[in-house]
Amino acid sequence: MSILALKNKRMTRKSKEDKVFDIINFFLVAIILLLVVYPLYFIIIASISDPNMIYEGKVWLLPKELTLEGYQRIFGDSKIWLGYKNSIIYTVVGTIVNVSFTLMAAYALSRKDLYGRNVIMFLFLMTMFFSGGLIPTYLVVKNLGLLNTMWALILPKAVAVWNVIVAKTFFESSIPGELLEAARIDGCSDAKFFWKIVLPLSKPIVAVMVLFYAVGHWNSYFDALIYLNNENLYPLQLILRNILIQNQASTMMISDLDSLAAKQRVSELIKYGVIIVASIPLLIVYPFVQKYFVKGVMIGGIKG
Amino acid sequence: MEVARKANPIIDSPIQVRKASKLKKILSNYQLYLFLLPALVYFIVFHYVPMYGILIAFKDFVATKGIMGSPWVGFKHFERFFDSYQFWILIKNTLGLSVIQLIVGFPLPIFLALMMNQIRSDKYKRFVQTVVYAPHFISVVVLAGMIYVFFSNNGLINNLILIFGGDPISFMAKPDWFKPLYIASGVWQETGWAAIIYLAALAGVSPELHEAAVMDGANKWQRIFHVDIPAIMPTAVILLILNVGNIMNIGFEKAYLLQTPMNQPAAEIIPTYVYKMGLQQAQYSFAAAVGLFNSVINLVLLVLVNKFAKKLSGTGLW
Repeated sequence: MSILALKNKRMTRKSKEDKVFDIINFFLVAIILLLVVYPLYFIIIASISDPNMIYEGKVWLLPKELTLEGYQRIFGDSKIWLGYKNSIIYTVVGTIVNVSFTLMAAYALSRKDLYGRNVIMFLFLMTMFFSGGLIPTYLVVKNLGLLNTMWALILPKAVAVWNVIVAKTFFESSIPGELLEAARIDGCSDAKFFWKIVLPLSKPIVAVMVLFYAVGHWNSYFDALIYLNNENLYPLQLILRNILIQNQASTMMISDLDSLAAKQRVSELIKYGVIIVASIPLLIVYPFVQKYFVKGVMIGGIKG
Repeated sequence: MEVARKANPIIDSPIQVRKASKLKKILSNYQLYLFLLPALVYFIVFHYVPMYGILIAFKDFVATKGIMGSPWVGFKHFERFFDSYQFWILIKNTLGLSVIQLIVGFPLPIFLALMMNQIRSDKYKRFVQTVVYAPHFISVVVLAGMIYVFFSNNGLINNLILIFGGDPISFMAKPDWFKPLYIASGVWQETGWAAIIYLAALAGVSPELHEAAVMDGANKWQRIFHVDIPAIMPTAVILLILNVGNIMNIGFEKAYLLQTPMNQPAAEIIPTYVYKMGLQQAQYSFAAAVGLFNSVINLVLLVLVNKFAKKLSGTGLW
C-alpha cells in the first residue's frame, strides 16, 4: 500500500478524470462521515440542553440553555449505579472465563500433533450452523439452577466459536514449531510452554479477545432479560431498556415534578443523558483500542 | 513414534503398533486435552444438550416429567403452527425483513470500502475509519433508544419534517415504518464495520497490478472495476453465503426492542414469537417447534446457497 501511495505521489501527471474522481470521492466520504457522526453529536448536545428547547426543535448545532439537570437526576438514581456495578462485575468475570476458555482451547486445537483435533473442531463449528434454539437452551440453564444468578449471563456464552477460530489461526501462524521442539528438548511441558512462551508472544490476540468479549458483555441485555428477574441483579443495559424504551424507571427520577408536560420533557432529557452515561466507558476506550478490533476482524477474515 | 514403527515391523502387528502409538500420542499430550476440556464441556452442555432438548418439540413437555418422561405427540405442535393465522404473517415479516436487509445492507460495505480505499490522505483515511467503525460498538439497547428519541413525535426527525413544511409522522406507531427504521439503523450501525474485511482484501492487492493498469492508461474508475472489484470478489461471495445462510436468524434483539403495541403487525417475527410463546406464556413445546422450524429452514438455505456458490464461483464454506 505505502509503496503504491509513494508512487502515486510521484506520478505528477494525473489525468483530469482522476482529479475529478478524487474530489467527488472526498465529498461523498465527508457526507457519510456527517451521517454517522451527527446522530451521536446530537445526543451529546441534547443531553445538556434545556428540554424545552429540544422539544421545540431549536437544538441543531450547539446546545441551547445549558443544563445539567438530566445528569443530576441520572446520577441521583441508585438503580443506575447498581446497574453500573453489576455490569462491571459481569463484564470482568465473564471476560476472564471467556478469554481463558477460548485461548486454551484455541491453542490445543492449533497443535497439529493433537490427536482428534479435526473431530473436536467439527463439533465446535457445527454449533455455528445449527443450534437447539432459545427454549431448549433456556431449559438447560434452568435445570442447572443458574436462573437469577450471574452465571446465567456468563456460562451459556462462555466460548464463541468465531473467537476460537481467530485465536487458533493466530497461534498457527505466529508460534513457530521449532520453538515447541526446542522447549520440549529442555523438558518443558505443554502447560508451561503455553503459559511462559505462547501467551507472551500472543499479546495482540489476547487484547483482541478481551476487547471482543468485554464489549459483548457490556452491551448485552437479552440474557439478563430472560434469565434474571431479580432487579438487584439487573445489568446496566436492562435498566437502560426500561428507561429508554419502556419509560419505566425514569418515573422514580422525576417524581418531584408536578405537571405531566414537565415530566415528559425531563424524561426525554434523561434519555439523552443515559445514552451517554451508558456509552462512556466504550467511548473513552474506543479510539485507543480500535486497531485491536480491526486486527481481530482481519485475522478471522483471512481464514474465513 | 515413526521410529518405533519402523524398528519392530516383525514383532508387532501393524494394528497393535498403531493403537499403541495412538495411545502414546494422546497420553503425551494429556495437558492439551485438559486445555480443551472447559470449552468441550461448554459446547456439550450449552449446545449439544439443547440439541437433544429439541425433542420436546415432538412432545407435550411437562417440566416435572422431564424430557424423556413427557408424552410423544408427533407433529402436533408443527401442525398447530402451520395452521395458525399468524404463520404466513410471521413468514412474511421475517423473510421480508431479512431479504430487504440483505439487499440493502450487503452491497453498501463494498462501496464504502472501495471509496475509503481511494482516499489519498492517510490521516483523513484513518480518521474516517475511526468514525465509521464506532457505531458498531453501540449496544442494541442504546441504538433502539436513539431510534425512539429521534423518531418520537417531537424528536429530531419530526422537527426536520416540520422545517421543510411536512406533517409530523408517528413513526413508532406505524407498522409501515418498522422495516425502514430497522434496516436504516442497521445500515448506520454496521456498514463501516463490515467494510473492514473488504478493506483488508483491497490492501492485499499487489501494487504492481495497479501500476500495470496505470501504464496501460487506465483511470481510477477503470482500475476500481478491473483490479479492485475482482480482488474482493472471493471475500464477497463467502460473506454472501454466510448472510443468506443466516437469513432467518434476523437480529431478534433489536426487533424486540423496536416493537410497540401499534407496529406489532409488521414487527412480529419468528424469533420474537418464539420468545413470547415460550418464555412469556411457558408453551415450551410449541415454541421449541417453531424455533426448530426456523433453524431447519436456515440450515437448508445455507447448504443450498453453499452448493450454488461453489458451482458458480468455486468458492464455498466447505
